[in-house]
Amino acid sequence: MNPTSEDELSDILRAASVPVVVRGGGTRMIGKPGPGEVLSTAGLSGVTLYEPGALTLVARAGTPLLEVEDALAKEGQRLPFEPVDMRALLGREGVPSVGGMVAANASGPRRVQAGACRDSLIGVRFVDGAGTVIKNGGRVMKNVTGYDLVKLMAGSWGTLGVLSECSFKLLPVPEAEATLLSAEMTPEAAVEVMSRALGTPFEVNGAARSIDGRVALRIEGFAEQIRYRRAALMEALGGEWELLERDASRELWREIRDVTAFAGREGDVWRVSVRPSDAPALVARADCPVQMDWGGGLLWLLCEEGRDLRGDLGALNGHATLIRGAEATRARLPAFQPEPAPVAAIAAGLRRQFDPRGVLNAGMMG
Amino acid sequence: MEMPQPNPAILAKRERVMTRLASVVAKDALITDEAERRAYECDALTAYRCLPMAVVLPASTQEVADIMRICHEEGVPVVPRGAGTSLAGGSLPSEDAVILGVARLREVLEVSYADRYIRVQSGITNLAVTGAVEHDGFFYAPDPSSQLACAIAGNIAMNSGGAHCLKYGVTTNNLLGVTLVQMDGSVIELGGAHLDAAGYDLLGVICGSEGQLGIVTEATLRILPKPEGARPVLMAFDSNEVAGACVSDIIKAGVLPVAIEFMDRPCIRACEDFAHAGYPDCEALLIVEVEGSDAEIDEQLGLITQIARRHNPIELRESQSEEESKKIWLGRKSAFGAMGSINDYMCLDGTIPVSSLPFVLRRIGEMSKEFGLDVANVFHAGDGNMHPLILFDANKPGDLERCEAFGAEILKLCVEAGGCLTGEHGVGIEKRDLMSVQFTPEDLEAQMRVKDVFDPKWLLNPAKVFPLNASAARRAA
Repeated sequence: MNPTSEDELSDILRAASVPVVVRGGGTRMIGKPGPGEVLSTAGLSGVTLYEPGALTLVARAGTPLLEVEDALAKEGQRLPFEPVDMRALLGREGVPSVGGMVAANASGPRRVQAGACRDSLIGVRFVDGAGTVIKNGGRVMKNVTGYDLVKLMAGSWGTLGVLSECSFKLLPVPEAEATLLSAEMTPEAAVEVMSRALGTPFEVNGAARSIDGRVALRIEGFAEQIRYRRAALMEALGGEWELLERDASRELWREIRDVTAFAGREGDVWRVSVRPSDAPALVARADCPVQMDWGGGLLWLLCEEGRDLRGDLGALNGHATLIRGAEATRARLPAFQPEPAPVAAIAAGLRRQFDPRGVLNAGMMG
Repeated sequence: MEMPQPNPAILAKRERVMTRLASVVAKDALITDEAERRAYECDALTAYRCLPMAVVLPASTQEVADIMRICHEEGVPVVPRGAGTSLAGGSLPSEDAVILGVARLREVLEVSYADRYIRVQSGITNLAVTGAVEHDGFFYAPDPSSQLACAIAGNIAMNSGGAHCLKYGVTTNNLLGVTLVQMDGSVIELGGAHLDAAGYDLLGVICGSEGQLGIVTEATLRILPKPEGARPVLMAFDSNEVAGACVSDIIKAGVLPVAIEFMDRPCIRACEDFAHAGYPDCEALLIVEVEGSDAEIDEQLGLITQIARRHNPIELRESQSEEESKKIWLGRKSAFGAMGSINDYMCLDGTIPVSSLPFVLRRIGEMSKEFGLDVANVFHAGDGNMHPLILFDANKPGDLERCEAFGAEILKLCVEAGGCLTGEHGVGIEKRDLMSVQFTPEDLEAQMRVKDVFDPKWLLNPAKVFPLNASAARRAA
């Protein structure tokens, strides 16, 4: 099924009597494959509004992300949240779409300073499981009119509605960037230094520890500003730092963003969101290759197939998601962290309201 | 403004409900005396008042849960109240409702600089949150102008903004977790100290839900390192169009100021008469503030003034000292006080796309003549959040009604221009009946379906946000 308009999308869902699998570019698929025919949003494509002077862009859900990024680059702007491209990690082909990115609330290293996808998303149009067209939010960045269903749709993985259009708040691309790179550090030392860096006024917007233990800190801004800030940051932190600029810096952060270190390597990949100061103990307990991002608040872990890492980590102030799992792992373990009963009841209640017949990505989020 | 009739069945069992409530809170925490209840009959939207059945001021999450459970069992509506600074009537009571105020929940529970968060009870004021961390070089970013008085609970309920949200976002972008008491008395935790909450973004739904989905008793907030410094530049132009174009050019140039404030002639004049800030005589005035070290500020302000010069400003005044910075901000910060000193006024809060600024200002000027009421405009230009102040005389019969009609027309204009009814104050009762201008019945139904999940009996702040006729069947059920 490949609707080319919101009306067609609505007709399809109104008539749907059995579950459908909602698909944008098909590049971020996680969890157990659900039942049903594929409903693609690829036919709902195109940027419908772009106002550089207002820092806003509106695009149909099936628009290739690359098309949006190209349009923005021409005006020296970008999506602030640096969305992760999962293709290499998941070993998938395809074209990442705007709607898929939003449905997954896909963010990258800059999330630590500029917020997640949900923080830049200012409006949505979507069709719920009964075929009703609903809009929420709009195209202005300050809007508290009614409930914020925009946030609800971000990260709902197509289980509450099929997105047809998304609006974003943008940011200018800074003139320059620089990355400070350390020698190998223990997880404890890495989190300590990343916390100190993120606590300086120099607006560090990337703080990661790669799988080989080196800590990378990124700053962006005007050229003069970056010269000042990198010196001030080095002085504040002490120790030895290698300096990466321009393409070298960009390439490093692309690798961190896309977790390329685990691409093509055997094993299951977990993504764990925690308080940074809890990270070193969890890394020790996991005892497997790890990439830390968000100053230690985001852990990407590669462990042997079939291992219940979530169980091994125990009670967590945070949550663990199975991003890439062998068939056996996925059959046994849910992709998303099971929620406490009263919260799960709210989630189920929302699904009943927005998808009363259970036709949208059935079973994906519980 | 129409409010639903109180339910006589609830009024009839007032005594029993009071007895039950008295059994779960301290003696002085339940206010039933009429004179004392009077203090809670309105919030900052003072034109509308109603005496609540009782006021209860719990001292713990457990007490909030007990109160909610009792009200749920008795079918009594609950109206949550932070500090009562809502400009939209968000905490206006009804005669058959209990006001649940969080004023006694004011503790700082935990601060972590390593993980950059603070956990507080929700009755703490916005400014006290920054106060708890500023000596260590941190701050809490959202800064509504009522920040000295307003409570975090209300900030979360209304998703409050402030002058600096162009750079730092609004409450929802700085909220990491909450303890939420649901209408049936159950207590849940959403989010935590980690950056992205699990599952559906319920935290995002709670924020800005105007106290209709649950009562937040504790909140985990993101704190940020304070910038090294900040400095404003003042620019005067001879037309709103030119000032608007200048804002757009600054944004396009890749500078991200922390604030861009815009004032039009009536507002400039009133502020000048009131605060003597030394503003130039002009049609439109911009205050643009940037942050960083001295050298960084110089570089950014250099770029900004270069752009401004292309628009032939009447005056460009770059602050050279702390004192000059204060003076530049003085007029803007006293705008509301200045208006209040000469008139009664109604403050609107619509948002428009920045590109529509000149058109919307021109239309407001025309409408001002049609309605025979003056308007002064002051707003956050970087994000398009307008605050037109309509001046009227409350003692003059018919003036308030004329003012409300004019306000409604301005908000409709904001929606037509591609914007929205409210950027940071919330809907409350004030804009409730305009919601159908911005939303289709299906859009509103989708939002009400969310309330059905959290509060199936529609007891929590029920007559707010949605047009009364749209929510009538649910409230009656």
